[in-house]
Order: sequence, then C-alpha cells, then structure tokens
Amino acid sequence: MKIRLDTVVKTFETFRAVHGVSLEIGSGELVALLGPSGSGKTTILRMVAGLEYADAGAIYFGEENATDIPVRERGVGFVFQHYALFPHMTVAENIAFGMKVSRVKRSPQVIKARVRELLDLVQLGGLGERFPGQISGGQRQRVALARALAVDPRVLLLDEPFGALDANVRRDLRRWLRKVHDELGITTIFVTHDQEEALDLADRVVILDKGQIVQEGTPEEVCRNPANAFVVNFLGDANRLDAEIRDGKAFVQDVAFPAAGIADGGGQILFRPADVSWREDGQGIAARILRVIDRPDSRRVLAVTAAGQPVEFDTAPEFSHRKGEAGFLDIRRPRVYAAA
Amino acid sequence: MHGNIGTQAKAGETGKAKGRGQPPRVGDDPLFRRILLAFVLFFVAIVVVAPLVIIGFEAFSRGAGYFARSIAEPDTRHAIFLTAMTALIAVPVNTIFGVAAAWSITKFDFRGKRLLTVLIELPFSVSPIVAGVAYLFVYGLQGLFGPALQSAEMKILFALPGIVLASMFVTAPFVARELIPLMQAQGRDLEEAATSLGASGWRTFFSVTLPNIKWALLYGVVLCNSRVMGEFGAVSVVSGNIRGQTNTLPLHIELLYHDYNAVGAFAAASILALLAIVTLVAKVVLERQGAGRVRRPATLAGNDAVYPEVKT
Repeated sequence: MKIRLDTVVKTFETFRAVHGVSLEIGSGELVALLGPSGSGKTTILRMVAGLEYADAGAIYFGEENATDIPVRERGVGFVFQHYALFPHMTVAENIAFGMKVSRVKRSPQVIKARVRELLDLVQLGGLGERFPGQISGGQRQRVALARALAVDPRVLLLDEPFGALDANVRRDLRRWLRKVHDELGITTIFVTHDQEEALDLADRVVILDKGQIVQEGTPEEVCRNPANAFVVNFLGDANRLDAEIRDGKAFVQDVAFPAAGIADGGGQILFRPADVSWREDGQGIAARILRVIDRPDSRRVLAVTAAGQPVEFDTAPEFSHRKGEAGFLDIRRPRVYAAA
Repeated sequence: MHGNIGTQAKAGETGKAKGRGQPPRVGDDPLFRRILLAFVLFFVAIVVVAPLVIIGFEAFSRGAGYFARSIAEPDTRHAIFLTAMTALIAVPVNTIFGVAAAWSITKFDFRGKRLLTVLIELPFSVSPIVAGVAYLFVYGLQGLFGPALQSAEMKILFALPGIVLASMFVTAPFVARELIPLMQAQGRDLEEAATSLGASGWRTFFSVTLPNIKWALLYGVVLCNSRVMGEFGAVSVVSGNIRGQTNTLPLHIELLYHDYNAVGAFAAASILALLAIVTLVAKVVLERQGAGRVRRPATLAGNDAVYPEVKT
C-alpha cells in the first residue's frame, strides 16, 4: 500500500508540531522517520495511524483519501514504544484480540491457527499461555508486533519500537525486523531518534527537525550527501569550525577548502573525527592537544585550534603525542556550509 | 523496618560500633520506642476499639431475644429498608458517574479539566449539612424548583429522592478519586492499541480498560457504599426525620437514643458497625489486589512509564 502525505499540519495548543510535511512512501518500503525529540516524527506517525487528526493537509492510502477515516477502520498495525500489551490477557489472547473484535467473523479454530502461525513468525512458539509480565522486554515487543500483524494491516507503524530495550537486544531485534519485513513485504514506517537504527534498518530515511523534513533519501544518500549542518551533526559525531568564504573557497586560518557555489561571507566546515590526521609539519590547521582518551580500538584526541575552537579526532592506538603538544590538523572530506 | 537493615549492617562493618553497644540512631532509643508504641495503642483502644466493643456489648445486654425484637421492630425494619434502597440507587449511579468522570479526565484533553477535577472533590471539603441545606433551597417549597415540582406533584424533599440526592452529593468523589490516579498512570496506550486493532469504544472499555481498573473500582464502590449507608448530616436535613417513613438507619439510631431506648439504638447501631467491619475486610482484601494505592506495582505489561498528562 502506497502512502502519501500532502502538506500535513498539526498544532498542539500553541506548539506547532508539524509544519506542512509532504512525503511519499512506496508500497512495500521500509521507511524511518528520524529526528530529535520534538521534531514531530511521532506526531506524523500517529496521524498516519489516525490516532491524531491533521489540522490541515491530507493523507492518502493508495488512491484513497484516509484523512478522515477513524483509527478503527484505517487498517493499520501500530506498535507502541512501551508495547501496550493487555496485561490481563495471555500472549495468545493478546494476539487474538484484533481478530476477535473484527467485523470479519472468524471461527475459533481459524483464530487459533493464525495465532500459532504468528507466534512462530515472531519466534515465540510455546509462550502463548504466558502473561506479558512473565516474558522479557524483547519478547514483549515481538508479541506487540504479532498482535499488530494479526489483523492483516495495510500499513505497519512502529513508534520507537526498540527504545525501551537494551543495546544488544536492540541490535538483534532490528536485524530480525528487517527479515520479517522482507518476508511479508508490508509497507512499514518506523520512528526513531537513533540514527544507527535508522541507517541499519530502513530502505529510506526521512530526517526531521522542528516539524519539517530536512532531508530524505537512502541511507547512502543521506550519509554521503547530507543536506545541511543539522543532518551532518545528527547522523553522527562531527566537528565544526568557523570559516570565511571567499571566491568559492572556505578559509579556516590560512587553510583553504573547496566551497563551490556558496556565497561569500561567514561559513562553517564540518568533518568526522575519523577524517583528521595529526601532523607535526606545517600542513593544516594549527592546534594543541588538550587530552587523549583511550578506547579499546583507538585513541580519541581532544584538541583546540589556534582560534580556540575544540576538535575531537580518532587515531590509531599507536598515537604517541601527549597533552600540551602543538601541531596541525589535516582534514579530509570536509563539508562546507554557509554559517547558520 | 526493612529499609533500616542495610544501614545497620553498614554501621556494623565500619567497625566504629562493634558488638552490641551500637549507638542508637535517631528516634531508635528503646525507651522512646516503647513510650510511642504505648501511646498509640492506648489511643486506638480508647478512641477506636472501645466504642465498637460497647456497641456490641450494649446491643446484647438484654439478651439475643431482645436484640432480635429491637431489630424486627417495624420502624427499625423500615429504616434498614430505606438505607438499603438509598444505597442501591446512589451507589450504582455514583459508580457510573465516577467511571465516566475518570475516563473523561484521563483519556481526553479539554479546557477546564483541572477545574472539573477540583469540583469532583468538592463534596469532601464541604460539610454534609451544608449540602443538605442547599438542597432545601433548591428543591424545597420556597426553593428554586419548589413551585414547579409541587405543581408537577413530584416529591423530592422529605422523601426517598431527596435522601438519594443528598447521599449522592456526599459520595460523588469516592469512585472517581480512586480511578483517576490509576488511569492516569496507565496512560492511553492500551485503549489506543485496542482501537487500532479494530475494537469499538464499548469493547475497548469492557475488555481492556475495565479489567485493569476493576480492583480500584471495587475499592471505590465499597467505600462509597459504606459512606452512603452511614451518612447522617445531609440526609438529616432533607429527609425531615419522619419516623417509619423517611428515617434511614443513622437517623433512626439517633431517634431511638432520644427515646431513651438505648438497647434499641445500640442494636440498630450494631448493624452499621457490622457493615463497617465488612467494609474494612473488603478494603484489606482489595488492597491486597493492588487497589487503593496511587500507583499499582508497575502494570504487568511493562507499560510502567507514566505518560506526562497535558495539563490545561
């Protein structure tokens, strides 16, 4: 099922949560809505589900305008961050709930068979008689997914599905979710603030800030060609230095970086900690080492430039320079933007 | 005193206070402890237990036969009947009101939500007799709706409807107050999940919301019932105290007492006392089930995050 959002707006009291977002999600796609808290990503997801109504704009499921279809009839599977399993029902009863309340009548045998099938799909065969309180967080989230899939939803929506789980469980679960998605081919949107999760799992990533889409594209596109400084910062650790742009070049101290197409004036360059080398000869931006932090596979160096701006970079474990030493930063793959 | 075990062990380990001669912590002096306990026990005995014992004792002071005759007396029987009737109407109505109010306050956002919450609790802070007098001014002959009611030949005051109304006013907050904190802590996720799975509003309420609030609901109902049956002040004003007609049990007890029929009064009172004990037992049982606390031990499904409610 293709989903299309057409300049959707949502305002809470005085707070504008979503400012005219337009988005198209192809049938069978797995899309991540990625953004910091308050960026409106969850609100967008809840509007697609029908749990919130848009103040303006429209939401289409295929060719059908779904904007005013209530949640109950929208045919979406929604998975909540905190699972929202019914605590007084067993795992099997939770999964069967949607089929029992459905207008499409199913015989108890059919429901039972479907529950068994779904339990196998989420690898929880044999746990059907347990209560949600008796299984682990990762298992609960898989039950929540099975429950959402039981009603054959047109779209699967997941709100920070792994947010409440610890790191290892999270990694396993997202690989598993990708597998389930590839098996079922159901159009899926999930919300996350974890860029690693989004890049790992999604076909396409939609990056949001302050209720607007900042950039959308495949993980490769957003990583290789970030649209602006916000995206660079949000996708991972980044250093930022003030620069001055003159004649298509960005100058930091006396070092020039290519900056074609950016207007003269104030600018900034951003770069990843892995894209810096430390030199003792006069190549690069003058800096001084403040501190060296040891990590299992590298050393992280905290330095400050001659202009007083902090820079962090990663080096090989053999890096032997110490606190207080002066030298030069050689920057690879810099990204130049106009000043914010 | 579970919380203290750790500290005690720690104090022992530090070696500063080896053996038995540990210096007492604040308020832990044995003498202080004994005096405090003795005071509390004495207070409970004099203020709470003694009257209850006296009621039982006095009620049977002329034997079980006399006790039975006192209860079986027509006026007393009628008072019991009237009290039961009042409870049978007021408690279900207030239960429905309480659930509706708690649902609206916790699941919807609207203007004046805080005001409504405060208003629901108002009867707790108003003396019941004030409520009774207010009803007189509204429904009495000289009152706001008095003439209209009289021409329609509807009798509210000095009759069952008035008694029920006054009782409902006094006990309006009981159920809502038990449910609101619990439903607030549970958030809206469960209902949203049920609706997204295709359940109707009723279905969601009966198969998802109700099972998760049932103990708190019962707890509120039990407290509400005991208050309705025991209410004196408000009912005393609106019922008119007509013997054998509009006397509820608490009013009848007072009447018997003024008639110098102490044994009869105590016999009638023993029924209310019995009700109190039944209520107490029910309350303890329900508290074991997790009702009556502000928050239940994290709801089973692990949706233990308290969702910040939008305060308006």
